[in-house]
Amino acid sequence: MLLSELGLTFGRIRTRWLLVVLAAIPGLLSLAVRFAGGPEGGHGPTFLDQVSHNGVFAALAGLTVVVPFFLPLAVSVVAGDTIAGEASLGTLRYLLVRPVGRTRLIVSKFVTAVVFCLVAALAVAVTGLVVGWLLFPVGEVVTLSGTTITAWQGVLRAVAAAGVVGASMIGLTAIGLLISTFTESPVGAIAATAALAILSQILDAIPQLHAIHPLLFTHAWLSFGDLMRTPVTWGNIVQDLVIQACWATVLMLAAWARMTTRDVLG
Amino acid sequence: MTEAVASDTFAIETTGLTKRFADQVVVDDLDLAVPRGSVYGFLGPNGSGKTTTIRMLLGLAFPSAGRIRILGRPPSDSDVLTSVGAVIEGPAFYPFLSGRANLERLDAVGPGPGRSGRRQRVDDALERVGLTAAATKRTKAYSLGMRQRLSLAAALVRPVELLVLDEPTNGLDPQGTREVRNLVRKLAADGTTVFLSSHLLSEIEQVCSHAVVLFNGRTVAQGTLPELREAQRPTLRVETPDPAEALATLRSIAGIGLVQQADDEVTHSNTTVLHAELLGAAPEDINGALVRAGVRVRALHSVQPTLEDLFVALTGEGFDVAQ
Repeated sequence: MLLSELGLTFGRIRTRWLLVVLAAIPGLLSLAVRFAGGPEGGHGPTFLDQVSHNGVFAALAGLTVVVPFFLPLAVSVVAGDTIAGEASLGTLRYLLVRPVGRTRLIVSKFVTAVVFCLVAALAVAVTGLVVGWLLFPVGEVVTLSGTTITAWQGVLRAVAAAGVVGASMIGLTAIGLLISTFTESPVGAIAATAALAILSQILDAIPQLHAIHPLLFTHAWLSFGDLMRTPVTWGNIVQDLVIQACWATVLMLAAWARMTTRDVLG
Repeated sequence: MTEAVASDTFAIETTGLTKRFADQVVVDDLDLAVPRGSVYGFLGPNGSGKTTTIRMLLGLAFPSAGRIRILGRPPSDSDVLTSVGAVIEGPAFYPFLSGRANLERLDAVGPGPGRSGRRQRVDDALERVGLTAAATKRTKAYSLGMRQRLSLAAALVRPVELLVLDEPTNGLDPQGTREVRNLVRKLAADGTTVFLSSHLLSEIEQVCSHAVVLFNGRTVAQGTLPELREAQRPTLRVETPDPAEALATLRSIAGIGLVQQADDEVTHSNTTVLHAELLGAAPEDINGALVRAGVRVRALHSVQPTLEDLFVALTGEGFDVAQ
C-alpha cells in the first residue's frame, strides 16, 4: 500500500511540478544575487547576504524563503488531496472494498505526505547547494556564531536543515489530512490547509497573543537556522519537533476517528 | 472448503437492515437472503435505497440497525472482502493513469499474492472485457462504456466468490451489454454468486435466478423468478366507450383490486381501456355486472401479467423498467 501510494504521489505530474517550482527558488535567488548584487549585510532574508561569500548559503537562503509560503502551499496541495482527492474521484470506495483497511489507508497517506515534505525541502537544499557551488566561491563556512567550519560540514548542516524543515511540516500535513477526511472537494481541503498555515503565522506575529505562540505549529518553523551555530543550539529545533509531534498525534487521532466511523458515499 | 464457508448457505444475508440519514429512512428493515450460486437481481426505482444497501453490504456505510452477513461473516471483517468483487455506482479511476496502471494499483494495495503474476492477472482481466487494445491509454481518454468495462475488469482481477454489480451495463453498447450478460452467466456457472442491481428488467429476466424488489427502502417482493411470476394476480382488460360508468361499476364489485384507466393505450376511437386487478372475482361475473349496469363493452379479456407489470404495480409508474 505504502509503495503504491509513493508511486502514485511522486509519479504524478502535479507533484513533479511542485518540486520543480520549489527547487527553482534557490536557483532564482542565487542568480539574482550573482547578477544584481546581494543585499547589504543584515538586510533581506536571513542568510541571503552570505550567499555571495559562500555558495552553501544559497541552500539555507532558499529554505528561509520557501518556509513561510511556498513550501506550506505545496504541502497543503499534497496533504489536502490525500483523502478528499480519492473521494472526489470515487476511487476511495474501490480502495476500501479491495479491501484496504481505513486505518492503513490514512497511515499510508500520512507517511507519503511526510515523505513529500522531506523530499520537497531536500529539493530546495540540494538545488541551492548545486547552484551555489556553480555561481559562488565555496570554502570554509562562517557560522552565525562567527566561527568557521569546513565546507563539508556546511553542506552536511544544510542537508540537516532541510531535514528539520521537512519535519517542521508534519503538523501542517496532519491538518491537511484531517480536513481531507471531511470533504469530497480536494480544492477546498487544500485551500483550507494553506489558509490555516498563513493564519497561524499571522497569529504568531501578533505580540499580544504571545501566550499561545508556543502552541502554534508555525512558531518554530525557522528553527533550522540554529544548525548554523557552533555549537548547534538545539532548543528551538527540539521545541519545533515537539510541537509537530503533538499536532500530528492529536490530529491524526482525530482523522482516524473520523475515517473509521464515516460513511463513504462519494 | 473451510467449515465456515460450508456451513453457510447464503452469500448475502441481512436481517432488519436499516439506514437513516438525518430524519430520512433510506433503507427500512430489509431482510435479504441471497443463496450461494444464485444470480440475484436487485431491483427498484431510483432512490429506493439500492445503492445505500450495496454500500452497507460492502462495509462502506454503517447500518443504523440490523445485521449483515457476507459469505457468513460481517463486512467489517476485512478478510471477507477479499472474496468479493464489486462495481459500485459506476466506474472510478485515476484519470492520469492508464487502464492497466489503474488495475495494477488496485491489485497492489490490497491483500493477495502481491507482485507475482500481477501483470498476468491484470492482462487477463483486461482481455475478458475486451480492453487489451486500450490498456495503455490514460483513463481520462476512455468513453463511459470503456470505463464501465474497466470497472468490471477491476472486479475480476482476482477470483471471487461473490460479485456485487451495481448497474454494470450502464453506458454500454448492445455488444457490451451482451458480453456482460454472457460473463455473468459464465461466472455463475463456475459457482460465483452474482448480486446484480439494475433497472433494466429484461436484463434481470435474462440472467437472474432470483430477484428482490425494493421500494422506498423496503422489500416489496423477493424470491425465485418463477415464484415472483406466480405471485402476480391476473388483470381484466376492459375496453369501453363509457369509462366513467365502467369505473364506478368495477369499483363496486367485490373481488376486484385496483382499477386503473390506461390513457396511453391505443384503442379504437371513442373507447378507453381499463385494467382491473382480479382478486377472486370471475371475469364472466364482472361482464354480467357491467352489462346489468348498462355499460357498453367493446372487448373484455383477462390478462396474465408479465414480470414488468409486477414491477410497475409494486413500484409505481415512475420506474423505467421497460427501457
